[in-house]
Amino acid sequence: MSDLANSSLGELAAALKARKVSAVELATLFLDRIEKHNPALNAYIALDRERTLAQAKAADASGKVGAQDTPLAGIPLAHKDIFCTKGWRTSCGSRMLENFISPYDAHVVEQLNAAGMVTLGKLNMDEFAMGSSNETSYFGPVKNPWDTTRVPGGSSGGSAAAVAARLAPVATGTDTGGSIRQPAALCGLTGLKPTYGVVSRYGMIAFASSLDQAGPMAKSAEDCALLLNAMAGFDARDSTSLERPAENYARDLERPLAGLRIGLPKEFFGAGMDDDVRAAVDAALAEYRKLGASTVEVSLPNSGLSVPAYYVIAPAEASSNLSRFDGVRYGYRAPDYGDLNDMYSKSRAQGFGAEVKRRILIGTYVLSHGYYDAYYLKAQKIRRLIAADFQRAFESCDVIMGPTSPSVAFAFGAKSADPVQMYLSDIYTISTNLAGLPGMSLPCGFGANAMPVGLQIIGSWFGEAKMLQAAHQYQKVTDWHARMPEAMK
Amino acid sequence: MSQWEVVIGLETHAQLQTKSKIFSGSSIAFGAEPNLQANAVDIALPGVLPVLNREAVVCAIKFGLAVGASIAPRSVFARKNYFYPDLPKGYQISQFEIPVVQGGGLSIRVGEHEKFVHLTRAHLEEDAGKSLHEDFHGRTGIDLNRAGTPLLEIVTEPDMRSSAEAVAYARALHALVQWIGICDGNMQEGSFRCDANVSVRPVGQKEFGTRREIKNLNSFRFMQQAIDFEVQWQINEITEGRAIRQATVLFDPDTGETRAMRSKEDAHDYRYFPDPDLLPLEIGDDWITEVKAELPELPQAMQARFQADYGLSAYDAAILTASRGMADYFVSAVAAAGAANAKTIANWIMGELAARLNKNDTDIEASPISAPQLAGLIQRIADNTISNTIAKKVFEALWNGEGQTADAIIEAQGLKQITDSGAIEKIIDEVLAANAKSVEEFRAGKEKAFNALVGQAMKATKGKANPQQVNELLKKKLGG
Repeated sequence: MSDLANSSLGELAAALKARKVSAVELATLFLDRIEKHNPALNAYIALDRERTLAQAKAADASGKVGAQDTPLAGIPLAHKDIFCTKGWRTSCGSRMLENFISPYDAHVVEQLNAAGMVTLGKLNMDEFAMGSSNETSYFGPVKNPWDTTRVPGGSSGGSAAAVAARLAPVATGTDTGGSIRQPAALCGLTGLKPTYGVVSRYGMIAFASSLDQAGPMAKSAEDCALLLNAMAGFDARDSTSLERPAENYARDLERPLAGLRIGLPKEFFGAGMDDDVRAAVDAALAEYRKLGASTVEVSLPNSGLSVPAYYVIAPAEASSNLSRFDGVRYGYRAPDYGDLNDMYSKSRAQGFGAEVKRRILIGTYVLSHGYYDAYYLKAQKIRRLIAADFQRAFESCDVIMGPTSPSVAFAFGAKSADPVQMYLSDIYTISTNLAGLPGMSLPCGFGANAMPVGLQIIGSWFGEAKMLQAAHQYQKVTDWHARMPEAMK
Repeated sequence: MSQWEVVIGLETHAQLQTKSKIFSGSSIAFGAEPNLQANAVDIALPGVLPVLNREAVVCAIKFGLAVGASIAPRSVFARKNYFYPDLPKGYQISQFEIPVVQGGGLSIRVGEHEKFVHLTRAHLEEDAGKSLHEDFHGRTGIDLNRAGTPLLEIVTEPDMRSSAEAVAYARALHALVQWIGICDGNMQEGSFRCDANVSVRPVGQKEFGTRREIKNLNSFRFMQQAIDFEVQWQINEITEGRAIRQATVLFDPDTGETRAMRSKEDAHDYRYFPDPDLLPLEIGDDWITEVKAELPELPQAMQARFQADYGLSAYDAAILTASRGMADYFVSAVAAAGAANAKTIANWIMGELAARLNKNDTDIEASPISAPQLAGLIQRIADNTISNTIAKKVFEALWNGEGQTADAIIEAQGLKQITDSGAIEKIIDEVLAANAKSVEEFRAGKEKAFNALVGQAMKATKGKANPQQVNELLKKKLGG
């Protein structure tokens, strides 16, 4: 394997700038690796060598490579198939959009194109981002590169597997309840979900609008910071996008951690976490203390309500967001139908998978007349309580740490028969989405069956730079993030 | 019929005169080829998001101020969920629990009877597209040009007690939304459409009867006909012992009847919830103050001013402010002819001009005689250059475009009034000499003969003699 396939964004940028490699050569290198390894992983579900190479060629000719304001120019990446990508099929992992070629680019894609990055392809995902194991994709599950009998996590499972297998230097992901952090943890990656509103949702196919947020998935915190720099920014087309001065998320990476106060929510360290995960997280916290940080116990008393509140709010919004997939204007339409209602029901029954249908039903139910107050309004109240818990916790700490996922990557089928068990995979990540907080996951060791364990860092609102600093300083003294699956070398 | 009381509430959808749609940048101009004014947001591609058009909010604030309502400092857009092919997102964005405009009302007048109609609310929402059932051979065409057009839905309390009151309210509202420039009022194109909730109850009964909603009334005449039919139908039903069932009905202009649509209304659960793609709409006092400054003088204020400044009656002031065009015309004529002539101007506008416009089915905005032209004519009446009778001739000439100004016509056609007593006396002498019989009759006590002599004198001057002078001089001569 070429070293370039395992290089950081900084190293790739330097190689491009020094003309040691061209964008076309770099794209070719990754496309060749994809051709070789993807059949075993099913991470990519749309590839178009010609289109990719044309974009790489344009990057080489653009003058952006090596320029100060486009540090990522010429570097390839891949997009979760939830991002509308002009000229590419954008399926969202669903049969519903199996033949949908997007006529426009999502804001994130626009930004990364403008930065001179090159799109390698589109990445598999749980259907409409609904899942924690990538088993709900219409295009088949993604395999975990560390052990192909195990799930990569979800819903950004394709993104996680692709970067973990070094089939892309970095990838975009989205996180509604943990969909960046959980697969990052299960695949040994570093992934970040920004504060709600930092990255525009325009062109990102909506799952739960008030929770969805796009973010970077990479090998290291430093790469996450650089990719986030290119993804973030105000966009007038998204009313929930925040108009704030541009930030350099890498600005604090090199600052030492002395004096950092780490809050450890007692609710995250109780029963439910596997021992191997606990051991790796404890070891990481010991490392942080060595780096000069202190730990303090905090409490998030309402965090136990986060999963039920989430499974009211997210399906409610999803049930409405997914109404546009009706077979009328685009997307799947059943071949045989009678009247209008028959067309609707057949198209949607055939176009959506079981998990999507389950959530549409839950969402429709909780919004129904007579149930709205008891479910949706109550869940919104819980949401405010959860945010208040975090606010209180951050009075005594700078960041919160704990496990990302209660277990390492599990085997295919282990949880797919029991939705509640599956939903509990996101027990540690969901509350940050409900509160709109930034969160990330970084590798902190290996647990049972030599599968990666993720450490979660939760920052205060707009605390991305601080989280990244904490992650980077840890990665300077550990090498978990630099490990890669043997089979992918 | 007299033992029944009619109760009517109206819901009006006024299409707002913004440049673009309420949540996207597409144009809202009427008449484009199907789907050419529908962008990615309007057709609800995956991933697109709504962005509120500030101009639509300005329209809502203007309306709220004009009807004395309160403007909600914080209002919320909700999703109204239902499936229909011309509703691309599968939900309509509308304000549900907290509307932007709350309360307020409008004064209406039916004959000499004045009444205040209270408004419940007015809220912003998007229009749906259109389903086209013709020309597609058993299929349905969808035109999304209208999808996302900004609407203000204006809802009254059940305050109206007759079809005449309902029409008076609808007309007053129609005039007001145009007056403040938020809606073009074009009913044929659907810019202003009303739904009427109608019920009847025995006089003296406190509870309302069960109502039926007549949808999509797009002319005042149809509104009157539909309500009258509906009222009679409801009374007949009740009289014959059948209960009224809540329903949505359509008016068929061809038969003049109302007919219940498939009554699925009650089965619908729209699953309203706040739209997470849009932040709550926050309107601060600064914004309201800013909009207030842009608002034109409102009809009621103008009526009071016309009465105080020009001594007009309340009735005249109300007629002159019935539409923005009428008021603008009056104001600019007064500006040209002077306040002293305001009353004459008012009379001419409501009399001669209104009759002529009506006869030609022309709006005052398109009047062939402009306000300054009418003012010029009235000034010549005031300074005795022409008599009222001649003025009507000049009016006619102006209408027909025979001259640019009253002065030019008077000059060209030699219509200047004769006020020289010597000249008039001379003519009177001639008339008296030629009409000895009339003189005799007058002297014998026949008053009518006097008028005949005046007429002869006027005829001899082709109407140009000052009639008052002719009268006086003739009296003097005959008396002497």
